[in-house]
Amino acid sequence: MLKSKTFVKKTRSGGVMKIVREHYLRDDIWCGSEVCTECKQESTVLQRDACIESSLCSYPHYLIPDTNVVLHQIDVLEDPVIRNVIILQTVLQEVRHRSAPVYKRLKDIVHEKEKHFYTFTNEHHRETFIEREPGESANDRNDRAIRMASKWYSQHLKTSETGADGLKVVLLTNDQGNKQKAEDNGLLVYKCEEYIKSLIANPELVDHLALSNDEKNEITSSKVLFPEHLPLSKIQAGIKSGSFLQGTFRASRDNYLEATVFVQGEGEDSTEVLLQGLQNLNRAVHQDVVAVQLLPRDQWVAPSSVVLQDEGAAKDDNAEEEDEEKEQLRILAAEAARKPTGKVVGIIKRSWRPFCGMLNVAQIKESTRHLFTPADRRIPRIRIETRQAATLAGQRIMVAIDGWPKHSRYPNGHFVRSLGSAGEKDTEQEVLLLEHDVPHQAFSQAVLSFLPKMPWAITPEDMVRREDLRNLTVCSVDPPGCTDIDDALHCRELENGNLEVGVHIADVSHFIRPGNALDKEAANRGTTVYLCGKRIDMVPELLSSNLCSLRSNVERLAFSCIWEMNHKAEILKTRFTKSVINSKASLTYAEAQMRIDDTSMNDDITNSLRGLNKLAKILKKQRIEKGALTLSSLEVRFHIDSETHDPIDLQTKELMETNSMVEEFMLLANISVAQKIYDEFPDCAMLRKHPPPPPSNYDILLKAAKSKEVEIHTDSAKALADSLDVAKVDGFPYFNTLLRILATRCMMQAVYFCSGMDSDFHHYGLASPIYTHFTSPIRRYADIIVHRLLAVAIGADSTYPDLMDKHKQSALSNNLNYRHKMSQYAQRASVAFHTQLFFKSRGILNEEGFVLFVRKNAIIVLIPKFGLEGTVFFDTKDKAAPNLVFDEEVPSLKVEEHTFCIFDKVKVTISLDASNVQHQKIRMALIEPVIPGVSVPAPDVGPQAKKPKLDR
Amino acid sequence: MGNVVQRRTRGALRRCPFEVCGNMAGLELLSDQGYRLDGRKATELRKVQARMGVFAQADGSAYLEQGNTKALAVVYGPHEMRGSRSRTRHDQAVINCQYSMATFSTAERKRRPHGDRKSTEMSLHLKQTFEAAVMTQLYPRSQIDIYVKILQSDGGNYSVCVNAATLAVIDAGIPMRDYVCACTVGFVDETPLADLCYAEESGGVSSLALALLPRGGQIALLQMDARLHQDHLEALIEAAMTACKGVSKVLDEVVRQHLQEVSVLTGE
Repeated sequence: MLKSKTFVKKTRSGGVMKIVREHYLRDDIWCGSEVCTECKQESTVLQRDACIESSLCSYPHYLIPDTNVVLHQIDVLEDPVIRNVIILQTVLQEVRHRSAPVYKRLKDIVHEKEKHFYTFTNEHHRETFIEREPGESANDRNDRAIRMASKWYSQHLKTSETGADGLKVVLLTNDQGNKQKAEDNGLLVYKCEEYIKSLIANPELVDHLALSNDEKNEITSSKVLFPEHLPLSKIQAGIKSGSFLQGTFRASRDNYLEATVFVQGEGEDSTEVLLQGLQNLNRAVHQDVVAVQLLPRDQWVAPSSVVLQDEGAAKDDNAEEEDEEKEQLRILAAEAARKPTGKVVGIIKRSWRPFCGMLNVAQIKESTRHLFTPADRRIPRIRIETRQAATLAGQRIMVAIDGWPKHSRYPNGHFVRSLGSAGEKDTEQEVLLLEHDVPHQAFSQAVLSFLPKMPWAITPEDMVRREDLRNLTVCSVDPPGCTDIDDALHCRELENGNLEVGVHIADVSHFIRPGNALDKEAANRGTTVYLCGKRIDMVPELLSSNLCSLRSNVERLAFSCIWEMNHKAEILKTRFTKSVINSKASLTYAEAQMRIDDTSMNDDITNSLRGLNKLAKILKKQRIEKGALTLSSLEVRFHIDSETHDPIDLQTKELMETNSMVEEFMLLANISVAQKIYDEFPDCAMLRKHPPPPPSNYDILLKAAKSKEVEIHTDSAKALADSLDVAKVDGFPYFNTLLRILATRCMMQAVYFCSGMDSDFHHYGLASPIYTHFTSPIRRYADIIVHRLLAVAIGADSTYPDLMDKHKQSALSNNLNYRHKMSQYAQRASVAFHTQLFFKSRGILNEEGFVLFVRKNAIIVLIPKFGLEGTVFFDTKDKAAPNLVFDEEVPSLKVEEHTFCIFDKVKVTISLDASNVQHQKIRMALIEPVIPGVSVPAPDVGPQAKKPKLDR
Repeated sequence: MGNVVQRRTRGALRRCPFEVCGNMAGLELLSDQGYRLDGRKATELRKVQARMGVFAQADGSAYLEQGNTKALAVVYGPHEMRGSRSRTRHDQAVINCQYSMATFSTAERKRRPHGDRKSTEMSLHLKQTFEAAVMTQLYPRSQIDIYVKILQSDGGNYSVCVNAATLAVIDAGIPMRDYVCACTVGFVDETPLADLCYAEESGGVSSLALALLPRGGQIALLQMDARLHQDHLEALIEAAMTACKGVSKVLDEVVRQHLQEVSVLTGE
């Protein structure tokens, strides 16, 4: 069945090299159509009635897009309306070569059953393979191959036609030459635009169309605004010779005419190159990898401190204005310290993704071209073409960039989809998830197929390597309303007088087997994201809230860590085992606290809790003696109305003894497990470290403490913890908390890492030489890996290759760190949004707060009641600035006659600034101390807004 | 066997100074449709073509093509010990193997002096393979020379050499326990690929070479110089054995064809 044919091709890489490869042609590649009777295929992809309402093609047909159509119109192809498409191997390979993201998306479509996309391996088919002719370019050859395959299909479908339903194939191409040739060959061929516009039943598809090249000229004036980008070969040569630098482009958040390029040097030394002015930025977009050329030293400038936002509607024509802006920048910059300045000469890699934002509807009513303002201020505005501007106005939409021609002031893009109207909770939530790159789609069928079948029960096979701990009095303690319970505890007295303490963690790795779709999805998500009133699960709900959740009075699989301790909380024995438990009670922190305090209760659960509580106190004391830090950050909780889901009250979280009891044992389990897996797998254990902050981070804390004549030592974690403990100011009870909040800001981020790739394991905050995450596998993927490692270490499970590969582990931990960071940002953004909603409903409020930081032109105020931080600006655009004197040493800010220092008590009025729909923010203004011309009179707080709320 | 072999660094890949999205994407070794770079499916071998008795002077000779890898094998002997007599074994024949590559065998023309590390090692492997297959005890105090030259190289050099040498030994009329058939297999996307070509070998596949005496299923040599998780090893060896059996079928046909031709010539 092999038709072998060798072919010869030449490639150049450095010198001339002749590469000979075999190329087998086959006659067992089938067409994939339901209609076909000739092909001996087992399953078909393409449907018999491939009907779509089109004014051009009234008959059923399959589509064959060419490479450029796939590359540029992938958004259209992704639309559920488009089905029955043949993707040729030639196209697939070219796409793979040209754009990895599009390739990934294309493959996803092909895998989706409902889309009926068929991949035809035309390059290895005996009748569709063609050789490159002498003098023919590779592109022309591929175009010819595509035409050849289309021709084959149309003939094949004609001959094998059974029901005479007139099935045809339609080639889609945007290339005029290709189209002409295809027509000459007697093929049905349309331009992509032509075809999409002919789909009368689905006019919305037209907006998804990317702008193609020939349309561009109409949009923009022919004037060249930007210098040409250099070709890649020249850039490469330039970088080699050192005349260009390569780096990541980072646009400034505050000034659209300014950006920096972060150039990664060898080892530690990396530099930043400043870019100023549209010409020098040269169409680079935030996060692109670019090549920059340094300007001569006399043209170097300093970063300007002005805030400039691109306000113009369509500034293509008035170049004068821009020159003015530039002038303005120059003058401001001339005096201060200069930095290396450069200009972008070429783009090495674009990192364009679809952006969220809103449409600025053009002034002309009938116009179809509009500007789009992304939510992220670092992204330039994008010009898109749409006919539904009226409906899209006021909505949050997503837009993808298609290109940025050199004669256009803005990049061109197209509309991808609408997220909903701005300001609505669901829409805003969607926006913040997208902007923080949180994967939040519903789980796919492939992922769900790996879930256990319901009804689920423990089978004897499950019990083989498990210990039966169902008789133990295990209970769980969690925040109220928690449905993903991943830890439970027990404590009992042994016959020898010692205590046995067990931490039982949900055995998620039993359900999620390595390498399957479910595992990959969880690894990609990395963590469950908790937003206000919404949870984005890492694993499907069946696992997170049911089978893995250690709910009371049901049998659940667990991974147990059991210690034997004496009454001084010294560990005598540690063992790990997979087990089956039956939790006797799911308590909240408050319930558990009540049981402990209530002397009349004497049941097993309560006694167990008391034992745990006693040990936890000792453990905590030991830990603090070792130098663990107790830091503080204000966490708020919203009381959410059960019907409208609007926040009705804000409350800072309260901590109880039981919180720290659970935490203490979780820490202990994590440390024990970390030690065990590191001993067993010194090369590939997944651990967590917290690097000590560089001394300079503490400057602000030291200065702040000094202003109140308190001394803080930062030589070690222990010294810091001790000095924080004694830091007190009479008559200022909140001082210590404020100090701890400041100390938290000095800290570094804790990260996951693979033990084979690093040598420093120390966890600064917990003062532990080794640490990992073991206790929350339902909501963190790192814990699943740790579970697997531990299971292998105790012989309860088998290993698999990726688990033992330190490079793969390291790549995984990088992803987990990224997801963690993003989820925290998303969480904060969600809190901020809900805070805004809260203040919107409450109207204007007057509150007391403390100055947390002092800046050049503002103070940052913390309102302890709401855990809210806000900035009080002293210079506003429309008013003359008051006399400001900033002293960096103290630090203090003198406004007219009054001097602000850190920790000063102030009174502010809080309101919602809704003037910018995309960036609503909380505005604070000073009420007390009263400074004429700066502070505002205390506004009346609307009683109707506050009173009813108090009744609840 | 079991010896760790230096990782091959043939045609060192030149690394791009920065990431360019298009060019950096490596080759897709196995497509979703199950086709490999050259259009084969995972278990399919390359086309094998062979001729025996290509030289009159030698006692046995064979030419074998496996896809684009082409090898010439020549056998002299058994004959009296030549060179150092100290190597003489009084109970069996000594097998002397020499492996070499033609200067024009790879894309880059390169002079290959005799006795460089790679070919010494390959010679040693061939020697071990044939010691396991040839019935050396029939020829005590004598020597059998096997010379193999790679004329064109496109992956799987070792296995092609073994297959060519087997035919040459048979041509020389030296008794063997069985055909020795060799094949390389690689492991990509949880799938074993049979008979790797150069593009696949250099594409970062962990490959394994296996020489098999197919009738008894004995392994004459097993060599692997890449990392592979032990769970996959069994599947990989299984695939290699199947591939070797496929090769043996082809070789058997070649031998029978050759015999037919010879018997026609000699008029028997």
